[in-house]
Formats: sequence, structure tokens, C-alpha cells
Amino acid sequence: MSEIPEDLRYTNTHEWLRIMEDGHIEVGITEHAQEMMGDMVFVELPEVGTNVSTGEECAVVESVKAASDVYAPVGGEIVEVNSELADAPETINQDPYYRGWLFRLRPVDQSAADNLLDPAAYEQVVASES
Amino acid sequence: MNKKTPLFKLHEQTGAKIVTFGGWDMPLHYGSQVEEHHAVRRDAGMFDVSHMARVDLRGNGVRQFFRRLVANDVDKLTVSGKALYTCMLNAHGGVIDDLIIYFVRDDWFRIVVNAATRDKDLAWIEDHAQQVQGVDIEPRSDLAMIAVQGPNGRDKTCVALGDAVKEASANLKPFFAVETNDYFIARTGYTGEDGFEIILPNDQAPYVWRALQRAGVAPCGLAARDTLRLEAGMNLYGTDMDENTTPLESGLAWTVAWEPKDRDFVGRKALERQRAQGVARKLIGLVLLDKRVLRSHQRVTCAGGQQGEITSGTFSPTLGCAIAMARVPVAVQTGDSCQVEIRGKQLDAKVVKYPFVRHGKSCLPDL
Repeated sequence: MSEIPEDLRYTNTHEWLRIMEDGHIEVGITEHAQEMMGDMVFVELPEVGTNVSTGEECAVVESVKAASDVYAPVGGEIVEVNSELADAPETINQDPYYRGWLFRLRPVDQSAADNLLDPAAYEQVVASES
Repeated sequence: MNKKTPLFKLHEQTGAKIVTFGGWDMPLHYGSQVEEHHAVRRDAGMFDVSHMARVDLRGNGVRQFFRRLVANDVDKLTVSGKALYTCMLNAHGGVIDDLIIYFVRDDWFRIVVNAATRDKDLAWIEDHAQQVQGVDIEPRSDLAMIAVQGPNGRDKTCVALGDAVKEASANLKPFFAVETNDYFIARTGYTGEDGFEIILPNDQAPYVWRALQRAGVAPCGLAARDTLRLEAGMNLYGTDMDENTTPLESGLAWTVAWEPKDRDFVGRKALERQRAQGVARKLIGLVLLDKRVLRSHQRVTCAGGQQGEITSGTFSPTLGCAIAMARVPVAVQTGDSCQVEIRGKQLDAKVVKYPFVRHGKSCLPDL
């Protein structure tokens, strides 16, 4: 079973969210997702300043095996992207929950993340797929 | 229930991700396909290729049988141990399979065919063998096969397997095989690197695999095998060619022996007709200039709007960009620019000669 940290929220499409001290939300893909995709080779991130709505495609992660869209788990403005991934996309494989974060956004609705999956619920999603 | 090779348990113990391939449970990778790829280009890696089918053909009619059965000319095999890569065609010139024929001695040839086509191939071979005398066909499911590939592959194999193998293989030239004790050792492969393919009894395979691992040979899965063979510009059956394409449309004209003219191999008339009328399509290499990955079935638009399709594409770990083989109209030339449609966008690519990588080094011009 892959790691599912207790302090994060999750989506059915395998993004994780971390609510940061400043109220921004950090987004990445889960360990399960990177395991399914294999070695990452390219990452396409949104422009800082872009406004995204919930469920909108806003990044692409591509492994040797497949390309996959990353969806905005909540609506908001992109305030920062992990530019280190351009030269080191394998960071997503090595450390999906910390150094492998994709982007940070300022949510339109501070409580939007509350409606997303908690770790136990996400574990069910992973279990149903394997 | 999928078939399992004699090494399956070892793969599981090594943490392999297992996938179904041609009816077999095979290792896809053991953690990172990219690291496995680099191990083969820079040092030594090994693949369990026991899923491929080994078949012995024995008898004094075998050479004559192959003259009819395959498009390359088995009479190129005059020295014991020599190997020949060839296609086996249907009457329309379509490729039933590609295979290697090893010439052991006059009354004994060994072939290795693809896993997914094994039953079809055997049925075809047996059917054609009925018309000739002196051909006994023996599938060798009692034998396993391990490919050790990479610049240090041969040395590490000798360390692992000892002096008898070292002596027997010391003077083995590329594309030759030799038998020593229980091992049939061929200096062939599917990666563009030097190395051996070792055919050996099933019950010895786990022992040999572990010995190779101790000698520093990295276990590699099918995923790395695919990126390596594509960098090396080697076709994959069922993807780059099949029964609906001829060798002339598949970058394999070099494997068709037109001489002697009176050798009537299956498919010859169809190929001659196609050659006389002009071949309409060909396989080319592509390099993507953008940061995405080329994949099979993506559409290619060449100069003048000519359309083609990628047959196999991947990310090249050695080159750090996407590469592909594509089937396009013959007018398309090396150096041409083209566009590939990837997820709704037209991205720029360049037509290049393949192989893309040989013996660890890029073969590409500056792009």
C-alpha cells in the first residue's frame, strides 16, 4: 500500500492538497499516482496569475509510459509553481508529497478543501483501483 | 491464467511490477525503467526473455525448407553458429513474424520467435513443413532465455558463469552463437549494445540469474527493453510491422534477399510486384523538438500536407527527448520538418535516420 499522509486532502483523480499557513493550497499528485505512471519525464505547469476553476485541467505530468492531466482540486489563482521540476521531473517519483509539489493557489473559497476526500476515503479509492 | 517463466518467482522477490505480455506474466520494471535503461547503455543489464519461443528444426531437409519459408536467404549461413535476422511472410508479402535463425550444423537450426505470435508461427511452420521431407520441428519450452546487454555485459557474464563460458565465448563474433555444456550463448540482442543472449535449461535459469546479479548485472524489465530497442532503431512486431505491411514498407528491405532470383520464398511474388509498382510508404525516424512524448498512433503531417502515423514512440532516456518510428509517404525525406498531433496540439518534429543511439552514443545530427 502506498503512503497516504494524514494531514492532506485528496481527490478521486489522485491529486493531494496541503493547506498552508498563509491559507494557500499546495497541490501535487499522490504516491499511488506516480507509481502507476512510472518514471516522469516532463511536467507542464500553469502560469502564475492564472485563475482556475474547480476541476479544470491546469497541469500535465508525462511519464515514459503516459501523459496525464492534473486538475485544479479547488478554484483559485495560481500563486506559485514548482519550477525545479522542469529540470528534475523525477522529483515527483522520489518525493511526491514534498519536493514534488506542482503548484500553489489562493483559493476563492477558503473552505473548499473541506469537501474533498480525507485520507481514509482516498485509501478506498486506491484500494478500488488495485 | 497467464504463463510464467522459470524466473517469475525471482522477479516477484526483486519487487518487479508485473504485466501481461503476449499471454505471459512478465516484469515491466523493478522500480525505475529509466535507471534500467541507463544500466544497459553504460554498464550491464539483463532481461528475462524466456517468453520468446525457441524452436529447433532438425533434419537434412531444414535448409531447403528455410529457402522457401523466410525472406532472407538461409544460404548466407555457411559457418556454424552464424545467426540470421529475417521475416517470415504470407503470400501477400505481409509479415507473419520476424525471427532469428541460428545455424548450429547442417541438420540443426534453432529459431527464436516472438511470444505473442508463437502459436500462429508454429502452425504456419508445421503446415509448410508437411510439403517437405526431413524436417522435424521441436518447440523447446524446456529452455529459458536471458539477454545480458551493455558494454560490460560480456565481461560480467564470464565472471558469473566461469571459465568454460569465458573460453567458449572469447572469440565469438557479433551475430554468432556457440554451445558450451548446457548453455547456448549468442552474441545477439535487442538493445543496440554488445552482449549475449543465453539459452539454457529452465531449472538452471534462476541460478544463472542470481549469479549474474551478483556479478553486477542489473535486472531490467520490458519497459526498458522497449526504450532501448527503439533508440537502436529495431522494429517491434505487431507495432512497426504486421501481416498488413511488407518488409519494404517497414524499414526491413535489407532483410529481403532477392538473389538468387529463382529462390521462390513465400511472399516473393507480392514483394516483386510491390517493388515494380513502387512502394508507397516507408518507415522513418522522428525526433520531437518539443517537451512531450511521441506515442504510437499519433498523426504526423509532413511537407505538402502528406499524412503519416507513428508506429512506435517513446521518451529516449539517452537523448532526453522523444523519438519515434513513423510510417509516411515515400516522398518524405530525412531532414524534413513535420508536425505531430499530441493531445490536440501540433508540435514540431524532424525526420531523421535511425538508429537514434548505437553503443551508448547519439547518432543524431545537430537539430
